[in-house]
Amino acid sequence: MPPALTARRLSKRYGSTTALDAVDLEVGEGELVGLLGPNGAGKSTLTKIACGLVRATAGEATVAGAPAGSADARRATGYLAELFRFPGWCRAGELLALHQRLARSDGGAAERARLLDEVGLAGEDGRRVETMSKGMQQRLGIAQALIGDPRLVLLDEPTSALDPAGRRTVRRLLEALRDRGIGVLLNSHLLSEIELVCDRVVILDGGRVVAEGRPEELVASSGVEIETGDGVRRFPQATRDDVPRLVRELVAAGADVYEVRVTRSTLEDVYLQAVVGRDRDPGA
Amino acid sequence: MSDAAVIALHALRGAARRRVLLVVALLTVGFLALYALAAFQVFASLEDDEPFGRPISVDDRALAGGTLLGLSMFVTLFLGVVLAVFLTLDAVRGDAERGLLQPLVVRPVGRTALLLGRLAGAAGVCVPYVVVVFAISVVLTRAAGDFTPSSVVIPAAALALGVVTIVALSLLGSTVLSSTANGIFAFMVFGAGLAAGLLGQISDALNVDSLERASSIASWALPFEALYQSGLHALTSDVGGFAAVVIQLGPFGGAVDVSPAIWPWAAAWTLAVLALAAFAFSRRDL
Repeated sequence: MPPALTARRLSKRYGSTTALDAVDLEVGEGELVGLLGPNGAGKSTLTKIACGLVRATAGEATVAGAPAGSADARRATGYLAELFRFPGWCRAGELLALHQRLARSDGGAAERARLLDEVGLAGEDGRRVETMSKGMQQRLGIAQALIGDPRLVLLDEPTSALDPAGRRTVRRLLEALRDRGIGVLLNSHLLSEIELVCDRVVILDGGRVVAEGRPEELVASSGVEIETGDGVRRFPQATRDDVPRLVRELVAAGADVYEVRVTRSTLEDVYLQAVVGRDRDPGA
Repeated sequence: MSDAAVIALHALRGAARRRVLLVVALLTVGFLALYALAAFQVFASLEDDEPFGRPISVDDRALAGGTLLGLSMFVTLFLGVVLAVFLTLDAVRGDAERGLLQPLVVRPVGRTALLLGRLAGAAGVCVPYVVVVFAISVVLTRAAGDFTPSSVVIPAAALALGVVTIVALSLLGSTVLSSTANGIFAFMVFGAGLAAGLLGQISDALNVDSLERASSIASWALPFEALYQSGLHALTSDVGGFAAVVIQLGPFGGAVDVSPAIWPWAAAWTLAVLALAAFAFSRRDL
């Protein structure tokens, strides 16, 4: 079975601005891939090419083996845009029914009820969008993205308006999608979310992939701290394997050892190292 | 149900829920009430007139009926155009800027089907609207003064096809212009067409060939105007004598009998504009 999403040498230029520059990316079946990067890094452009909203300047992207943007690819894709809106006059159930028709889903009322339940909106099918909070609308947006059991789900900042409980609901939902074999590309600024839920992380900057790997690979050891009677001694290059030797040497030198900590970099450290200019505000 | 029909019904439901249709219906009732009042007053005043002492014999009833229905055609077209423009001015760029379009476009629905759905939704409101309003004004005119126009079908069809051309034009504009800019564009084009028609009448009365030719070209380039002229002419095409001259010189008289080729031309023009809109939409990054 082809991967949920494949991008090969994908590029996009807007006039003289390069939004994407020869990006290679793959989202496998049942894989959750987190897409990170500062504003303007090309995350949304990549997502939009994958779902057919934007045409690539060069390279190719396929969804479940079909060219991105084709009817087959769109049939296999669920998408939630960052700046989406639904008509305020529309009821939740009507909106989902509309998308079911357009997505050729024959799931009917059962699918609508299941999706609303999965995003924590059970019983809200008769509620108008205009009476919903931003967080509820975001949950509804996630529900519409899951209509028709897509093979690839593209979520652009899906939890930006959610409270902690809502974020947990979405995390559980994403894990359930993984269990169902659905590939997910999660575009978010919330590094902790990505770290918690994603199988793999791709960091974009200036339209290029600047780091990629499993979170545990990226979040590597960043040294050892040993608290002695003379204060905390830091060994930035040391790893966990070096701890017995370091303790022996300190004790042999007459130091009293109280505590040993193997420190690890966070995904935020990795992110800031990866993007150009470490002192740049990543949200700017 | 086809994708275009699903989109059209969605757009219609939106127009109904946002009370667009209710507002239009209330304002139209107001217009028709005023029209009825005017028609009854005008025809009543004709009966009071002393028929003697006039230098030229004029068919008063035809003059009043033709002018009243010409006015009705103008107002009906104007209201139909307002409706057509407001139902479509944000179809592509406006909805994309507000984030309403993207969730629909990513579905396995062709962009052309989306556009056709918006066309069908707007035309499904505007065409019955102009036909019904015009038909009611014909009935009111007949009730007020026992005047029946030479043709009811041709003016009604001209209004119907006229608003469809405006819907197509507004959809094309929406692929490149923001909502406000597209609304201004559509109304200015409509105004330019009407101005061209009035110039045609003036040039016809004054026999200025070059102006008449320019007006004719403008009317065919913007076929809603040629259709409107054709409809106006058909209202009183069998009225003769001095009344016909006076009607044609008035603001609501058809200056010229437009060639029947306007009908296939307007249909082809609409299809061409829609094809251009579909092409522009297909090339647009969202």
